Amino acid sequence: MKNFNQTENSIHTVVSNKIRLSRRGFIVGSAAVAGGGLALGFNVPFGMDEAAAQAAGTEVNAWIVIKPDDTCTIRIARTEMGQGTRTGLAMLVAEELECDWKKVATEQVTAGTNLARKRVWGEMGTGGSRGIRTSHDYVRRGGAAARMMLMQAAADQWKVPVGELAVSNGIITHAASKRTTSYGKVAAAAAKLTAPDPKSITLKDAKDWKIAGKPTRRIDTADKLNGSKVFGVDVKLPGMLCAAIKECPVFGGKLTSFDDAKVAKMPGVRKVVKVGENAVAVVADKWWNAKAALDALPVVWNEANNGAQTSAAIAERLKEGLTAAQTNGTRQNGDAMKAIGEAAKKVEATYSTPFLAHATMEPMNCTARIGTDKAEVWLPTQNAEGALAALAEATGMPLEKCEVYMTDPGGGFGRRGRQDVVYQAAAIAKQFPGAPVKMIWSREEDQAHDFYRPISMFKGTAGLDANGNLVALHMRVSGQSINATLAPANIVDGKDLRQLQGLYEQPGDAQLGYTVPNLLIEYAMRNSHVPVGTWRGVNTNQNGVYMECFMDEVAKAAGKDPLEFRRALMSKHPKHLAVLNAAAEKGDWGKPLPAGVHRGIAQFMGYGSYSAATAEVSIDSKGKLKVHRMVLALNCGHAVNPDQIAAQVEGSVAYGLTATLYGEMTVDKGRIQELNFDSYEIMRLAEMPKVETVIVPTYDFWGGVGEPTICVVAPAVLNAIYAATGKPIRSLPLKNEKLVKA
Amino acid sequence: MAKLNINGKIRDVQAEPGTPLLWVLREWVGLTGTKYGCGIAQCGACSVHINGEVQRSCSIKLSEVKAADKIVTIEGLSPTSSHPVQKAWAVVDVPQCGYCQSGQIMAAAALLKKNPKPSDADIDAAMTNICRCGTYQRIRTAVHMAAGGAPNGNSSAIPSTGKKV
Repeated sequence: MKNFNQTENSIHTVVSNKIRLSRRGFIVGSAAVAGGGLALGFNVPFGMDEAAAQAAGTEVNAWIVIKPDDTCTIRIARTEMGQGTRTGLAMLVAEELECDWKKVATEQVTAGTNLARKRVWGEMGTGGSRGIRTSHDYVRRGGAAARMMLMQAAADQWKVPVGELAVSNGIITHAASKRTTSYGKVAAAAAKLTAPDPKSITLKDAKDWKIAGKPTRRIDTADKLNGSKVFGVDVKLPGMLCAAIKECPVFGGKLTSFDDAKVAKMPGVRKVVKVGENAVAVVADKWWNAKAALDALPVVWNEANNGAQTSAAIAERLKEGLTAAQTNGTRQNGDAMKAIGEAAKKVEATYSTPFLAHATMEPMNCTARIGTDKAEVWLPTQNAEGALAALAEATGMPLEKCEVYMTDPGGGFGRRGRQDVVYQAAAIAKQFPGAPVKMIWSREEDQAHDFYRPISMFKGTAGLDANGNLVALHMRVSGQSINATLAPANIVDGKDLRQLQGLYEQPGDAQLGYTVPNLLIEYAMRNSHVPVGTWRGVNTNQNGVYMECFMDEVAKAAGKDPLEFRRALMSKHPKHLAVLNAAAEKGDWGKPLPAGVHRGIAQFMGYGSYSAATAEVSIDSKGKLKVHRMVLALNCGHAVNPDQIAAQVEGSVAYGLTATLYGEMTVDKGRIQELNFDSYEIMRLAEMPKVETVIVPTYDFWGGVGEPTICVVAPAVLNAIYAATGKPIRSLPLKNEKLVKA
Repeated sequence: MAKLNINGKIRDVQAEPGTPLLWVLREWVGLTGTKYGCGIAQCGACSVHINGEVQRSCSIKLSEVKAADKIVTIEGLSPTSSHPVQKAWAVVDVPQCGYCQSGQIMAAAALLKKNPKPSDADIDAAMTNICRCGTYQRIRTAVHMAAGGAPNGNSSAIPSTGKKV
């Protein structure tokens, strides 16, 4: 068995090599037979029978199923893990479909169905804030194509030119003859028509939107209010067993032995099984019984070479990287080193940020059932197709005989793009052929075996001229590479620019918003034995802190206002500047504050969107920090659901502030030390500042929403603390700092 | 065999006395709305009411629950999901992923029962459950709303200053 470590590169290759997809395929879909043709394969794993599925309606095209009562079921391929993508995508489809929003339902596509239908729904992976921004075009085309077919069906029935028809809220009208019909009545006829030529489809301009662009309540809230929503941990299947698992706490270590006789007679225990080379699981009738036995199980680990690793030793390696001669990727213009040497004033500072765990509220889990002719998993995942490929690899079954039923994750934040749990659950379930086995990680296991936000350090050196203008900037990031863990093939000739996210010259995705005449930005790769991955906002988090906090230090050295100092560097980056200005204006920059309250500001870019924030903080006589108010401005291009954008911005503040205040994973004896919320503290409601979201969409691009704003949360707060104390914060989290009012 | 009063029904449970109430509810009784988050009473995802008090069921052993104790889970809060807290949660669109919300709703319902008009400070003190999606601002708004207060508008975005749509 592989090391449970499917790389990002292999996620697509397995599935997409199988199917060569054409763009046309997305739009046209195959108009299926009315009724039962679509029964199998959608997320109906909890006992929906075929008859019920047949009553589900007519598939007009791959995206849309319409029932006789005019209910429109919109198929969603992306993962909904709280970020509102399901509602947003449905709004975009409904906008083009011209259906009645009150009659919209959604249905989750499964990875196996997508494969069987030649990936008609496109990519399912949901990370990098791309759920909407990379699929808006083809989902809207799906809605538009269905609308055209439905109207054509009505025109055919009435024998009038389709151009004489109008449609609104799913009601088709022929004004001249005063006839009306509804989508539900013509859906069956529409499904038999040939899909329109993609070239004939014109999508609406955002200014004509009636559903999209308006603050809209989520369509998936009801079952989150009464306990009826089925998460992965809640899956119940006939004859199901449960498994609790423990992997060697030292990364890279292996399982030597366990004494199963000691727990064999404990309540409910069925079997103790070795999982791969590095883990052991107890399988029992109930998860609690499995967990109790696992806790009592004597296990011997082979910690291999990593049992002596410590945070201090890792930090030393990163520190060395700050000044090492060789680097792993640079961006430069002018001659920064020379200009710094000649500068009237030099500013230098070193920063550091720790490993962080995702700590999704729902711990990692996977339910697997491996039969002789079928392998299935029920899985909260951000990458169902990657899971399908992993399941095929783990079981040796062909992809066509594998299926992944996606449950909505109880939080993802980048953690659930990994397939480690699929390999584990499949390895366990293989030992119980035909029986479903639900494997759930304990919180301790979840903390101990994350793909952590990488540890990194930064050294900044700035040169100012006699007038306090920034003439040179040298920035060096030293730290662990996400690609080294997840996608080694992306490191070419030792170069890995992924860790410089947000500092790029290239426009459009994660561009630095400043122009500096002499600029040198470098990355020095310093890896450890700790696996790292994508953590909400990924490298923009740390690079945002480094850039924006250092910028405040440089502004102070120049004797300038932090906002004015930034503005002077941003004339060639009007979109960055506009968002910074929006945050400054709504955040009352420059206006008086109550005594003891101080303000900070920051701007940065990631995931195709522009973000800026202001923060207002105070520090009491005991050094306790209070963040009173934050104003966050965001230009995400197209704003599909402003209320859910606000929800994501509010959420990014909580996630980002938790990291700022408390987040830190440390390593001793080769293993993670913070194994639960008593040591890995999470911010609570009482510490939540008042958050105001300012959406400034320019409608000339499509940017992300889930991640972009987190990168300005910490720097805005840290800069406000700097304003309050006069002392820059250069190391996170704040729990390790003593704050003293100036 | 233990007898438990859960959501007004008497249930016989054949679990070990040391089994946490959370897992009794989830696996022996089949009520999975109550969630596991940490197992050490830190996060509150497992919050239920016992005799009207909000309790973290992951850290209460089956042997510590008496037959006379009235246990209410999220499934039993309201037969029609129309408890004022649930209604306010829907109006404010509180949940994101939803995993912690059973516990948040149970905590809010217990707070309002004791303190029908909580101040912000009261909410700070009572609502200590963890939400990783970060719905805290909307939780505060919704608690005030459930208490009969008007929504304070915290949650909604400031109208766009960009191009009019």
